[in-house]
Amino acid sequence: MAYYQNIFTAVQVRPREPEHGIPVAVDNRVGRPFNSYLFGLIGNSQVGPIYGGYLGALSLTCGLIAFEIIGLNMLASVNWDPIQFVRQLPWLALEPPLPKHGLKVLPPLNEGGWWLIAGFFLTASILLWWVRMYRRAKALGLGSHTAWAFAAAIWLYLVLGFIRPLMMGSWSEAVPFGIFPHLDWTAAFSLRYGNLFYNPFHMLSIAFLYGSTLLFAMHGGTILATSRYGAEREIDQIVDRGTATERAALFWRWTMGFNATMESIHRWAWWFAVLTTITGGIGILLTGTVVDNWYLWAVKHGVAPAYPQVYGPITDPLSTPGGTP
Amino acid sequence: MKTLLLVAAAVVAAFLTIAQFGTAGWTRPPILAQQHGFRGTGMDQIQTKAGAAALKAANVAPDPAEPVEQGSEKAGTTYENVQVLKDVSVEEFNRLMTSMTEWVAPEQGCTYCHNTENMADDSLYQKKVARRMIQMVQHINTSWKEKHVGEAGVNCYTCHRGQPVPKNIWFENPGPNYKTAFTPRNNGQNMASPSVGLASLPYDTLSEFFGKKDVDENLIRVNATTALPESKGKPIQAAEKTYGLMIHMSSALGVNCTYCHNTRAISNWSQSTPQRTLAWHAIRMVRDLNGNYIEPLTSTFPANRLGPTGDAPKLNCATCHNGQSKPLAGAHVVETYPELTQVTADAAATQEPGKAPAQEPTKEPSPNPPQ
Repeated sequence: MAYYQNIFTAVQVRPREPEHGIPVAVDNRVGRPFNSYLFGLIGNSQVGPIYGGYLGALSLTCGLIAFEIIGLNMLASVNWDPIQFVRQLPWLALEPPLPKHGLKVLPPLNEGGWWLIAGFFLTASILLWWVRMYRRAKALGLGSHTAWAFAAAIWLYLVLGFIRPLMMGSWSEAVPFGIFPHLDWTAAFSLRYGNLFYNPFHMLSIAFLYGSTLLFAMHGGTILATSRYGAEREIDQIVDRGTATERAALFWRWTMGFNATMESIHRWAWWFAVLTTITGGIGILLTGTVVDNWYLWAVKHGVAPAYPQVYGPITDPLSTPGGTP
Repeated sequence: MKTLLLVAAAVVAAFLTIAQFGTAGWTRPPILAQQHGFRGTGMDQIQTKAGAAALKAANVAPDPAEPVEQGSEKAGTTYENVQVLKDVSVEEFNRLMTSMTEWVAPEQGCTYCHNTENMADDSLYQKKVARRMIQMVQHINTSWKEKHVGEAGVNCYTCHRGQPVPKNIWFENPGPNYKTAFTPRNNGQNMASPSVGLASLPYDTLSEFFGKKDVDENLIRVNATTALPESKGKPIQAAEKTYGLMIHMSSALGVNCTYCHNTRAISNWSQSTPQRTLAWHAIRMVRDLNGNYIEPLTSTFPANRLGPTGDAPKLNCATCHNGQSKPLAGAHVVETYPELTQVTADAAATQEPGKAPAQEPTKEPSPNPPQ
């Protein structure tokens, strides 16, 4: 029989009366709360009630419209065959407008018009969800940290699908909606602009992304390891350190000579996470608009090293004027 | 509940494991890695030992036919309606015919091209195509010797491999033709096409890059030549097309990108390998062959040999290479067939393909070539 040692024990807490939390001024929570064993395995076993509200409803509606436009376009591209739809789903896409349409607001529907409409509704859905998140945080008297972290992700989304295409003067520069197509687009994007790995903001973004996973593992590991001493009360221990914090801090000072605090580790993690998409977005925004070939840019600024020639001089067979290296 | 979940999870895990073993196309070690550039650049060619052995076994050049004594009689004077190989001795001519049968139609034999009642008869389309193909082989072994095929050369077997229709041919791919009110635009892509390695890249790249003989020399190039934008560049869609072509070349030759490119700077010539120059010429060669030899045969071919848009079956890198960086492992296949290493007839001297031969039936049947 499992016993309740601390809140990190994998015991499912099921109060007789579902928890409703603190009372708030406007409460639009809908649905009857219930307990789920499966949810209890990964989080709190209580599900619901969920907050409704017009922003959430509007956001879900817009999201559903975008989802339907994308899905029906994919279904149409396999001649409305549900079996082929399932079979080819990873390859299917709703493609952005043709290059010839430039920034035309509504090109013919099957030449990118649907893409623009889907993009509009998806963006509306995401932005409405952001407002909802912000307002719920405020209603509970929270800081707006999660909303701003979400905004950092929205920034990258907007750069890829809206801001950069605007600056390039063509919707065709945007990403298709599709599983493999957006991955192939990514590879082609790097190839087109001379290797994105030489883009310093791409470098930063990768560093923050990998750094985020490292910090997450370090912090999660530390708290789990010291929870038997009460480390799950990490926020209390910012001011009242106690033995768990002492041990955690000592562990890191032993192993790497420096330790974050119970407070600062959360700022580390938050900034690493949001900087991943902020720097990534800057990197994408600069590509094609102010830098056309990142490899040549890196050579110009002494970033890319030169390798010894292994083969004899290889020259471009196309020596006519207009030939490109 | 808990037990049920455990059982369900175990069943799902078991099915996923079985599915993985059955479908993922595993590459099993041991691996053969061959360095192909400066250390640390990742320029390696990767194969499995088993895969390399299987590929080698599947690509063996046939032994050349026994040499024959040279006689003084020319094929053009002995036989009727010899247009391309007129000045070849009768013995050499018959030797080549025997070899061609083995290379192209070993099961069908002489009758695949010839009316055995009258060997000079051009009534079978196969014979007209074969005549043009002999000229094509001669053209490859002369005009493209320096730039691409080298001393190894090509003969019929390089592509045909004992089959009347080579395994790796291609047609224009117009994409799906659905008769519905709403025509979705797939941008010519997103189809899991084998010609681009089952990626969602554009599926008709071969038509664009290999189908026409006169195209912009910079068609394939999408990279900017300056660090900063100085003129309007090509759209990402153009990069996707080039990417699709490169995937075709890679899979046709059984190599990866680094066989030709230092992938940190794909477009940069000075960091590329000599193979890239060969490949650059090969692209021109394929355009030349498709445009000047294959395309004009369109009306000669019967309808069942043509593609969905009525185009002739065309060649690409895989037609000769068949998954190897050098076709038939680089075997010298024309050393003992000197008639294939020179142009023995003007293009104008032969009949226009597609036109019915204005040939009187010969009075006496030509001697059968040795079977």
